[in-house]
Amino acid sequence: MNDTNTQMPSTDDRPVMISVDDVTLAFGSKVIQHDVSFRVKRGSIFAVMGGSGCGKSTLLKSMIGLLRPTHGTYLVEKDNYWAGDDASRVHIGRRFGVLFQSGALWSSMTVGENVALPMQMFTKLKPDVIRQLVELKLGLVGMLHAIDQYPSELSGGMRKRAGLARAMSLDPDILFFDEPSAGLDPITSARLDELILNLRDGLGATIIIVSHELSSLFHIADDGIFLDADQKTAIAHGSPRWLRDHCTDPMVHAFMHREQLDSSSPAGNG
Amino acid sequence: MNTSVNGAPQWHLQPEANRTLVTLSGDWIAQEGRTPAFPAGALKDVPHDEPVEFSTDQLGRWDTSLISFLWELKRSAREAHVNVDTNTLPESAHKLLDLLPEIPPEPTPPPPHHFAPVAAVGQFTLDTLNEVGCVSEMGTAAARGGLASLVGRGMMRTVDLMSDLNAAGPAALLIVGVVNFLVGAILAFVGSVELHKFAADIYVASLVAIAMVREMSAVMTAIIMAGRTGGAYAARISTMQANEEIDALQVFGIPVSSYLILPSVLALAFTMPLLYLYGCLIGMLGGFFVSYIMLDVSPLGYFHETIQALPLDQFTFGFIKSFVFGTFVGLTSCRIGLKAGRSAADVGIAATKAVVVGIVGVIALDAVFAVIANVIGI
Repeated sequence: MNDTNTQMPSTDDRPVMISVDDVTLAFGSKVIQHDVSFRVKRGSIFAVMGGSGCGKSTLLKSMIGLLRPTHGTYLVEKDNYWAGDDASRVHIGRRFGVLFQSGALWSSMTVGENVALPMQMFTKLKPDVIRQLVELKLGLVGMLHAIDQYPSELSGGMRKRAGLARAMSLDPDILFFDEPSAGLDPITSARLDELILNLRDGLGATIIIVSHELSSLFHIADDGIFLDADQKTAIAHGSPRWLRDHCTDPMVHAFMHREQLDSSSPAGNG
Repeated sequence: MNTSVNGAPQWHLQPEANRTLVTLSGDWIAQEGRTPAFPAGALKDVPHDEPVEFSTDQLGRWDTSLISFLWELKRSAREAHVNVDTNTLPESAHKLLDLLPEIPPEPTPPPPHHFAPVAAVGQFTLDTLNEVGCVSEMGTAAARGGLASLVGRGMMRTVDLMSDLNAAGPAALLIVGVVNFLVGAILAFVGSVELHKFAADIYVASLVAIAMVREMSAVMTAIIMAGRTGGAYAARISTMQANEEIDALQVFGIPVSSYLILPSVLALAFTMPLLYLYGCLIGMLGGFFVSYIMLDVSPLGYFHETIQALPLDQFTFGFIKSFVFGTFVGLTSCRIGLKAGRSAADVGIAATKAVVVGIVGVIALDAVFAVIANVIGI
């Protein structure tokens, strides 16, 4: 595969926000992904792509501090995330906002309390200021009407939007989205895409999205990485649009064009 | 051979010139349960260079049972190195058959079952020691969080502590009361039968008082709370685990030990001694109730005898015990909830385990306390 074209030429001169170098992820002796390296530029929307079960979400977990990589370095600007102790990780993690796949709202609290809790914990703001900020954040995602509802009373799409408002509660400059459009109808999903673009443009946040929702990825992502479940590593780097048009790797090509893999390739004989 | 179109499923193998013809007829419906099996060696004598073809003119209705039969046929054809021409099948059957792999996956071998009692005991010991370490570590972290809360820099919300206190305290009064009343009554019943023989009816009061204050109220209350609140904690925390809510806390850097565990443990550690005291009083009331009805004991006499029999330091001992029981039940059930897996079944397992560990642990701790009390002579 020497002649395959799997690396998008970089023309982006924005500063690097996140660098991941030779990261290996494993559960015990079972390696999920090995030697994954990539750079995320400040203010970009970076897509982590790949088929189901290839380790996208596991990679995300290691980037938000839930799973320690067995090998490799992970820098957030100049800070080595996994090198320090718990306190330093919490400190770096203060810059993160995470939208979990299911929203992961704290079910014993209302939507408003969910958004307010991080502010109550980490800031000295007065309750009425917090309330105002909560309303602002819920307003941005169009969820102001649900401020006093409990997560169990919300639909899947509403939970995701409320989760997004909570992810933004401490004004993070790096946002992580785990499958933001999974399980949403096309209209809600398109609205979420617009919201993500607005957040990037409005707040200047760097956004990392784990997803395999092609239409959404083509629309919003400007860089990315493709993880393969068989080779257990990254097999292509570039924006989803570039990978669709130029990548010659058969797996990436099939993925980006929603085709079946050619049955002559090893993956086709299952 | 039955050739009626709507009859039982039938098949027939017939060698012809240059090919082998399989005739399929009848209705092949899985739920009717009449599908024949394809015998393993049926294609042994078929010449290798001649294909197997199908005649389906007499085939009635069919569903997956036909496909299953054809799959078996195809697999035995593969073993016998015979070609099967699936194009002679109905189009839809042909397509379904193509979806199936030619070689079924090897069944995964059952995990090897070794009988190794020494290794099992060793593993169990290691696991238990590890758990003891984890629970202690969690307790330390929670205690540190508690100290931080005292100086106003903690991560515990008063509202959570209040709701946990309410769930572990006032909401448990009824069941703790009922059980302790009945335990007191039972003690009085048992005591009265024997003491009446010696005309020592009045000593029922001291029997009930000492038994309740020394042992029964603390242990019964702790067992009730292990089942009631400990199980609830484990279920709540493991459900939060399943919903990624714990992950969300960790990502925000909100320490689980002081945000989630501290209020739960504090609530139990604080309410348990109070419930113990309440249980003692209700238990003595139960004892009095039985003595008053069955024996010739006056209310004032019963009261007097109870006061006489009870030095106040007996309460201190019970207080310390129930504080320890409360902390133990709180910490272990939170730990079990945190350690649980992420499925609905795991939530059930965690709740069960928390109750079992809570009850067994409380009784074991009580035995330890009994030994200590014996040694220091209380």
